[in-house]
Amino acid sequence: MLTAVFTAALALLLLGAGGAVLRQNTLVYGGSAAACAVAFLAALLWLLGGGEPERLVLPVGLPWLPVQLRLDALSAFFLLLVDGLGLLASIYALGYGRHEEEPQRVLPFYPAFLAGMNFALLADDAFSFLVAWEFMSLASWLLVLASHRQPETRRAAYIYLVMAAFGTAALILAFGVLAGPEGGYAFEQMRQRPDAFWPATLIAFLALVGAGSKAGLAPLHVWLPLAHPAAPSHVSALMSGAMTKVALYAIIRILFDLLDSVVWWWGLVFLLVGGGSALLGVLFATVQRDLKTLLASSTIENLGVVIAAVGLAIAFKANGLPLLGAVALVAGLFHALNHAVFKGLLFLGAGAVLVATGTRDLERLGGLIHRMPYTALAFLVGCAAIAAIPPLNGFASEWLLFQSVIEGAVLPQWSLQFAVPVVGALLALSAALALAAFVRAFGIAFLGRPRAAETAAAREVEATMRVPMGLLAALAVLIGLVPGLALRVIGPVIEALFGTAAISAAAGRFLWLAPPGRLDVAYSGFGLFAAGAVLLVLTVAVVKRASRTAPRRSAPWDCGFPDPHPATQYSAAGFAQPIRRVFADSVFRAVERVDMPAPGEQRPARLELRFDDRAWTLIYAPITRAVGTVTERLNVLQFLTIRRNLSLMFGALVLLLAIIAVLR
Amino acid sequence: MSWLFQLLQAALVLAAAPLLTGFVRVLKARLLGRRGPPLLQPYRDLLRLLRKDPVIADNASWLFRSAPYLGFALIWLGACLVPTFTSRMGLGATADFIALMGILAAARFVTTLAGLDVGTAFGGIGSSRDIMIGALAEPAVLMVIFTISLLTHTTSLPLISEFMQTGAVGLRVSLALALIALVMVAIAENARIPVDNPATHLELTMVHEAMVLEYSGRHLALIDATAMLKLVLYVSLIAAIFVPFGMATGAGSAGAIALGLATWVGKLAAGGALLAVFETSIAKMRVFRVSEFLGGALLLGLLATLYLYVTRAL
Repeated sequence: MLTAVFTAALALLLLGAGGAVLRQNTLVYGGSAAACAVAFLAALLWLLGGGEPERLVLPVGLPWLPVQLRLDALSAFFLLLVDGLGLLASIYALGYGRHEEEPQRVLPFYPAFLAGMNFALLADDAFSFLVAWEFMSLASWLLVLASHRQPETRRAAYIYLVMAAFGTAALILAFGVLAGPEGGYAFEQMRQRPDAFWPATLIAFLALVGAGSKAGLAPLHVWLPLAHPAAPSHVSALMSGAMTKVALYAIIRILFDLLDSVVWWWGLVFLLVGGGSALLGVLFATVQRDLKTLLASSTIENLGVVIAAVGLAIAFKANGLPLLGAVALVAGLFHALNHAVFKGLLFLGAGAVLVATGTRDLERLGGLIHRMPYTALAFLVGCAAIAAIPPLNGFASEWLLFQSVIEGAVLPQWSLQFAVPVVGALLALSAALALAAFVRAFGIAFLGRPRAAETAAAREVEATMRVPMGLLAALAVLIGLVPGLALRVIGPVIEALFGTAAISAAAGRFLWLAPPGRLDVAYSGFGLFAAGAVLLVLTVAVVKRASRTAPRRSAPWDCGFPDPHPATQYSAAGFAQPIRRVFADSVFRAVERVDMPAPGEQRPARLELRFDDRAWTLIYAPITRAVGTVTERLNVLQFLTIRRNLSLMFGALVLLLAIIAVLR
Repeated sequence: MSWLFQLLQAALVLAAAPLLTGFVRVLKARLLGRRGPPLLQPYRDLLRLLRKDPVIADNASWLFRSAPYLGFALIWLGACLVPTFTSRMGLGATADFIALMGILAAARFVTTLAGLDVGTAFGGIGSSRDIMIGALAEPAVLMVIFTISLLTHTTSLPLISEFMQTGAVGLRVSLALALIALVMVAIAENARIPVDNPATHLELTMVHEAMVLEYSGRHLALIDATAMLKLVLYVSLIAAIFVPFGMATGAGSAGAIALGLATWVGKLAAGGALLAVFETSIAKMRVFRVSEFLGGALLLGLLATLYLYVTRAL
């Protein structure tokens, strides 16, 4: 199976090289779809079959460290996410790619991006992991630059590059500490090496910072809402749905596999970072005007939710409660899987809207449910799933997570006792705000009346784009109704990491979700769906019998003053205003300025709305300023004579030797 | 047997819903010195609306037409999940308290979208405000769920009722805070004074009524019935958690069931009476004060949970 995945990833690399030469849409995307399908099936079969991890050592790489690959449950699960979404995004791109203005800026890098993600998941030594990770980062950076003529895209790409470099630097350090003084860079050596307390803590936080910046955790999230939407939509889907999962993989791999134990207060930090990211991300999503930026902001929220689950798992594991820890991690992985499904779906839907109308601006959309019925239905399912509406998949994972939070009461440390309910409240708040954000996204873009001429002229997109959206929507429903399907593929991962078959007890009943040993507390999406369907049929039958007249069509009522102009509808900014006033003032410093002309004046009234991310003003601006000042001061070093330069180097050498002498 | 109870409950909540609303209206009118409508007026209103032609805006989509049915079925489903006269219900194991909140959120998802469908200013204002109320009310309920489940060690509603009935929990500060929070949420969710006014027709103060302004005929009948059903749901929910006394547990003899039915009707009447008194003694607040009101509920819920965690640690 490992060879199959490896061959598929290699084929993707070759496709990237071929794409640069051939520039054939069908060839590149069709080939990517085939390679992803092979890797997906191999990973799925491996997970279902169970068995020992497979290893492969390639005769390339550094002389003392050949490239080592390994397929185990954790990497197989994430391969499933990456290649499953990669397959559907590639099919979608067969249609979407035809609308691309400069396909030569996308075609070579798209398979390379997929290959990078696959290799990062397969790597079994630090060196090949980091190479694959950088490959993934740089390929996605080039894809972000696809529409490089827009200045905001160039800015987004620049910020992304800086943040990616920073994240990789942190990961290099993390692996450096993991390897220890003897330099055991293979993951197998890291697993066997016992870690002392402080180095282990350093590793955990470097992993959180390094991989967390790629996952968009606050306050390292600033690049994500800029870069993810700038890429072509099928790439945005992969960046949000799959690449953030590779970052999550890195965190879980380091914390639960490479380190031999975890400390309870790491869990506290993860919980707070996760809860904070969740709330911040969803607040951004509720006020965003650009449809794709809205979706990217919500990625911050969902990854925050997953990281909070990881934090709970750490806290439980460190306190000797592996069963509860396993449940928390199941909730986290389940949510990661669900996020890949619905965020992929929503980005593909946003891409369809972009192709059909030429805009992503919510204030120019509207009424698309009449013009693009398939896209609208698929997007609606995605919105309901991400807003945690039962019986869809998003609710199932949130349900499991909340059960896990409730179990947090058994944790002995008082700080966790405080943090767990507070983070629970943050997660509850973000779930409720996600409902607001996605009612707004769907309601403004697809319902009401078109707000611009190009929106009124929109047409449904081609079948190659509709089919992947339909499949993802069906998957969101299916996983919601039969959560056992997801638990079946998560089960082996948990068994490998925690050594307990925690959730397989619940997985035996495919239609039910229940924490292990707690069969009294259960949720069955299928049962609810069936009962609801019976009640709905009953309602329709009775009402239709009692009232037989067919509905009459007429102009909207609107309290007697219907105005045909679309500007009389609620706007996206107006819809978000109550929430902006309640929550966002403190978070974004939202400023509303109303310029109302005096009676008799002819000029129009104006409402100016501005908000910004405080992470910029509080963290990044001071850092930028500090870097600027320091480099300016150090600039004199460039103009030193060679004699002074050499003496500086000598001084540095002496200093380093002195440090080593002291530490020894 | 439990499925028989479940069917009985589905029928009973449906039958009782207009009666409870009628009762509250009569009581409110009496408290204001008016005679008020007859007790059975809501039934007549619903029948009248059912017979009228529904009028739909030209640009309404399938979502607009199906939303009343979906919303009604969802709230009905929710009302079937709350223990009323017995804790042995067929659906008891399919959904717990958290799933019940999910179902209510689903109903909100459908109705707020329907409010945006025609693209009128009133639909938008109603949806936008309703979403804001939901964004604060849902986390408040989740905090209540955390509190209750810490005390009873379960999130399953029938088991919560059975546990609370034993009296093993006793009087607790957290329980009182949770009760206040849940009542505040119930008032907001049912669009009652001081958050919203079910009788208002002054557009700028409306939330729920503005959102459903475009509906008429059988669609409006369904929406009105949904609101009535939701009131029964919330009164039953509060009763099932905080005063489950009298509810039949176990297999349930005929006598126990009869007692359960009688106490449930009594609890509904008491809840309705309290609501009427409360509504007549308070003024409606501005929309942007609602966030303070519900934010208060959220903090009370959080405080209730924290208090429990802290007292456990000691």
